[in-house]
This record gives sequence, structure tokens and C-alpha cells, in this order.
Amino acid sequence: MEGAHAQASGMGGMRTAGDLVARMQMTRRMRLREAKQYVADKLGCTPRDLSDPTAMEQIRLEKGLGTLAATSSTHPDEPGMMEAKFNISKTLDIPINCVERFKARARL
Amino acid sequence: MEPRIPTRMGDGSLVEMTRSEIQADLEAGTQLAAKKAKVPELVQDELDHLLDIYASAARFTAVDIGDEVVLSNDGTGTKHIGNRVQDLQSYEALLGVDMVELWQIDYSYKAIKTNVAHEGQTMKIAQNLLTNPVQYGAMPDLGRYSKPDGPIPNWSELLPMGKIDEARRAQEEACEMLVEDIDFVADAMVAAGADGIDFDTTGAAGDADFLAGLTACRKLREKYPWLGIEIGMAAEFVLGMHGQLEFDGERLAGMWPKDQLRMAQQAGASIYGPAVNINTGRSTAWNIARAITFIKPAMEIAEIPVHVNVGMGVGAVPTCVYPPADATSRASKAFVEILKIDGY
Repeated sequence: MEGAHAQASGMGGMRTAGDLVARMQMTRRMRLREAKQYVADKLGCTPRDLSDPTAMEQIRLEKGLGTLAATSSTHPDEPGMMEAKFNISKTLDIPINCVERFKARARL
Repeated sequence: MEPRIPTRMGDGSLVEMTRSEIQADLEAGTQLAAKKAKVPELVQDELDHLLDIYASAARFTAVDIGDEVVLSNDGTGTKHIGNRVQDLQSYEALLGVDMVELWQIDYSYKAIKTNVAHEGQTMKIAQNLLTNPVQYGAMPDLGRYSKPDGPIPNWSELLPMGKIDEARRAQEEACEMLVEDIDFVADAMVAAGADGIDFDTTGAAGDADFLAGLTACRKLREKYPWLGIEIGMAAEFVLGMHGQLEFDGERLAGMWPKDQLRMAQQAGASIYGPAVNINTGRSTAWNIARAITFIKPAMEIAEIPVHVNVGMGVGAVPTCVYPPADATSRASKAFVEILKIDGY
């Protein structure tokens, strides 16, 4: 069922910028149009690019926002999950709870 | 003779209907909802659009490129793929959902309180292994506080005996306990790194259940201004099991989605999730028209994201274990294109 929704009208999660738009809805209570525009402005792209996996792969790599490792597409020298969330927090200018706790616990 | 088109009933069974029959069901669905909730019926353009979506033999349908919405995916995972964190990872990587939710099989804040440290540890591991936002979810589930499961006299037994005051007091006491438990679990999850908290199927036990969700939400918002808080509802209508409870001076019993949303906004929720239960004996066309009619007034005043519940028995997705993709994708497209929802 989730697969059908994801294909019919989902943003695409980490394959695109769905996780970033979701963070703006959660953290700033932004409605969809505003959240998409905010993320697009921060990334320097158009709102339509945000659900385009081809466009977003390059943008995520350039900005260190994390990419999915898939079969032959691996990026071992790129940011992993927690590292990517540090960059997402900075790029979107929002606090990410686990990043703040990581900094505090690692005495950064 | 008018051709017959394959379509679905609310229980998922495949039937054939003519375009005229589907159109008649759309009209009947919106008329019934409008009468029940005292809201406007869908306008002709909206009914025509729904007819285009539902009077089609296509196996799958989708929104236009660029019109995609956020998939918050309450209750993420199958619970049977590896461990729970691997389950979340598979949904992040393979399905491309936009948020994931960590949850345990006994989906109730009262139950989680007893093993919250272990749940927190799992949240911490999940945060280290996922990039997607990870929220923690469970039901408020007020009924768990009544006897024999809990310490409070059972209001469902008191009410038929005519002990109205006692039943009301019992619900008020249970409500206070529930708010404390949600707060306790949420604090632990926030300490473990959670991005958000989900109150799933809020209002399942009626107005006291809804009040507990709203009160807990406001308490958490005051402590954590950045926290994602999702209030997902159990049904289209708040049952008045108590009947007199208020939030910010407004009676909760009898609230439909528009007023539910206003309360969620006032309480500080990040996301509101309306739920409209399905009638398994009617077509999915009838059900989608009914659901959209109930929710449309909420969309017109929404200041926060609205993620409609669209799965297995709600939001015109059939009540069955394996909802057919033709019915699921039609509901998905209909909500996005007619209501301009923010997610689901």
C-alpha cells in the first residue's frame, strides 16, 4: 500500500528531497507549498526539482545531504546518515534533535 | 449498452460498474456527507474530476510531475523484515517514504511506558542509521485506563447503568493519567533523538481521548518548540462518550474535521491527520466522495500541514490486508488534486 502511495504521489524521500520538505513541515509547521519553496530556495533549485531524483542526486552530493547506496551507486567517501543530518541542519537552518544531542555528547 | 468498468468496493472486491453508476455513487457519497456533517456538497467540477479518476480501467494512476506530497507513513514497516530498524531502513531506501515512524506492536502509550528505555535505545540506533526524519508513534488509547486493563472504573459499564456522573469522572481521571504517560514517553524519545511524536488514532475512545491528545500536544509544544507533533484522528467524528469536555472553551464532542483541525492548530500540532472510515458495502467512488466532502472544509482553513489518513479502511482505501494499487493510487490522486493536501 505504501508503495502504491509512494509511486502515485509521494515525493520520493531520500531519493529526492522528500525528507527535507518533511522536516520543514515537522519543525516549522509549514504547509506543503511554503515548505517546498523554502527548501528550493535553500538548495538553489525549483520546487519541481525537489521530487526529481536525477536533479536531487547531484544537489544532495554537492551539498553533502546524504544519498542512498544502491547496487552500483555507492558513495563511501560521502557523508553518511548522521554526517548528512549535520549538513541538512545547517543548509535548512533548522535544529535537528539527534544532531544537537550528538554535538553535546561528543563535547563538540 | 453502456460499457462496464472494473472498480472496487470498500472491502477491496473487484466489481464492474458503468460510468453512470459510478457517477451516481459519487453524488450519493457527497450528498450523505454533506447532510451528516452539515457542510457543502462537492461542486460539479470536483465531481467530474473524481469521475475521470474513478471511471477508468487503468491499473494505476498518479498525480502530475511536480505535484507530489509528503508521505509521513505512520506505522512504518511490516514488523517482519529483519529487526525494527532494518524495517525502517527498507522503507527509506526501497519505498522512498519521506518520514518513518518507529513503533512497537502494542501500539499504546500506556504499554510503552513500561519499556520506554528499550524503545529509546532503538530510537537512538534508528537515528544513527537513517537520514529520514524518524518520529515515534502510538495510540493515546484511553480505554486502556479502565478496568479490567487499568485502574479506573469502566465508563462503558457505568453508562448503561445510568451512572453518568461516575462515568464522566472516570474519563476525566483516565485523561489525566494518559496525558502524563504521553508526556513521559515523549520526553524519553526526545532524549533519544526523536524528530517527532505521533498521536495515532486520536479520539478512538471519544472526546476524553481527544482532549488527552490535545493537552499532551500543548504540553510538549511548550517544552519543545521544534518538535514534530502529529495528531492523527481515529474517525471523522468525535464521539461524545463524556459529552461535556472542552478545550480552549470549545466542546469537543461532535467535532468534524474542520473543528478537529482548529483544535489541533491551537494545541500546537505540526501535522493534522483527518481520518474518514470506509463503508465496506459501498464502492470506493462513493467512499472517496464522502471522505473528501468531510475533509474539504478543514483544508480551506488549514494553517498547518494536513496529512490525510489513506490506508486499509480509511480515506477510501479498501478495508483489506493487501489494498489493491488501483484503489490506493486513485485515492492518492483524488486527495492531492481535489483537496491540495500536504501529505498523507
